[in-house]
Amino acid sequence: MLAKRIIPCLDIKDGQTVKGVNFLSLKSVGDPVELAAAYSEQGADELVFLDISATLEGRKAFAGLVERIAMHINIPFTVGGGISSAEDAAVLLKAGADKVSINSAAVRNPALISDIASRFGSQCVVVAIDARQTGGEWRVTTHGGSRISDKELFSWAKEAERLGAGEILFTSMDHDGTCNGYACGQYRKLSGMLGIPVIASGGAGNAEHIAEVLSPEGGCADAALAASIFHYGTVRIPDLKHLLAARGIPVRTTATEWDLSIKNKL
Amino acid sequence: MTGIIDYNTGNIRSVENALMRLGGDYVLTSDTEVLSACDRLILPGVGDAGYAMAQLRACGLDSFLKSCTMPVLGICLGMQLLCSYSEESDTDCLGIFPNLVRRFERSMPLKVPHVGWNDITGLDPVLYDGVPEGSYVYFVHSYFAEINEDTASVTTYGIPFSSSLRKGNFMGCQFHPEKSGDVGEKILSNFLKMEP
Repeated sequence: MLAKRIIPCLDIKDGQTVKGVNFLSLKSVGDPVELAAAYSEQGADELVFLDISATLEGRKAFAGLVERIAMHINIPFTVGGGISSAEDAAVLLKAGADKVSINSAAVRNPALISDIASRFGSQCVVVAIDARQTGGEWRVTTHGGSRISDKELFSWAKEAERLGAGEILFTSMDHDGTCNGYACGQYRKLSGMLGIPVIASGGAGNAEHIAEVLSPEGGCADAALAASIFHYGTVRIPDLKHLLAARGIPVRTTATEWDLSIKNKL
Repeated sequence: MTGIIDYNTGNIRSVENALMRLGGDYVLTSDTEVLSACDRLILPGVGDAGYAMAQLRACGLDSFLKSCTMPVLGICLGMQLLCSYSEESDTDCLGIFPNLVRRFERSMPLKVPHVGWNDITGLDPVLYDGVPEGSYVYFVHSYFAEINEDTASVTTYGIPFSSSLRKGNFMGCQFHPEKSGDVGEKILSNFLKMEP
């Protein structure tokens, strides 16, 4: 049975890991490759690396980092942040990323989704959507939530799917950084209307929140992404998977004694 | 020496990285003389079946592959190309496995492509030596091979399908062993121990 995925997200600035709380006040939480290896060992199903560097040097450092990650990590990973052309995507995919995540640039230029999908396949295009509730509807925001666009969450998600998105990663800006739980109602609606996987992001404060957004009675999301709760050790992935399994949510068996014994035999 | 078949399709970087992690010597080439001197071959592949078959034919690799007697492992699209026919772009493939490759029907709540970690059962003892029944591996695909006598593992996504195939020296994995954590590395290391 297809497992629900647990995805730690690492924000990268100038080659270092950071996590923004509500995308403000950054605090460094370690070396990306080391952290990625630790998560992989713990049983993370996938990793996301978001480049939030503002400078050209920072972006170059990121491409180098992607190569190092690809060499050392044996699970799939997605990279994003500042991808504004199919060429930008090509550089990161060639460096070894499995998928690219595009956000503001796709809002500005929706054809970017089909450009990347037609060159590299839909399976490597994750369309990230940041949105917040404004005047009774969910409006898409860009530039880390600082600008409100003219797009509405659900119609934009549907359009992104039509253009060739392989997955939708929706972050509720109303929930991100609050630790009060995910926007479950919105994930439920997205999951029901889309034929592609939906990744939930923004709001996880504990393991119960993740169980809720993944459960068929809750958000029906295919995967849950979180950062702080993993980085600060609030939730350990093996414990989380244990809880999800106990709730009847299908998960990949996490790192076990068996895995370690296999590793020693290789 | 393992030969990775380079036929100008998709990203083979992750396969190379996995072989480097496992310490296996490999060469990446489309040269059939170099390939025929290898102990085993990997046929990777991402993208469209029709385009990939055209690339194989353009490099003269289609007839070469059919005549190979050393172990050959197709990965993802590479496995599908070893089958007889793919619905994707109405493509005649190499026909080593008699399977038809069909598209998953998009019927709720089944999402297509099939992306993520799923379990493998009914494991072939050769390819899966030391791998427990029900292990999880990573899939990304919209087309699948049906079950037949060459099925080397079964996975269910709406319907049961061949998540891997084996017939003599020919093997194929629909999933990506190079992205399937320690289980995937064990499967690859089993393959890397196979001799002609």
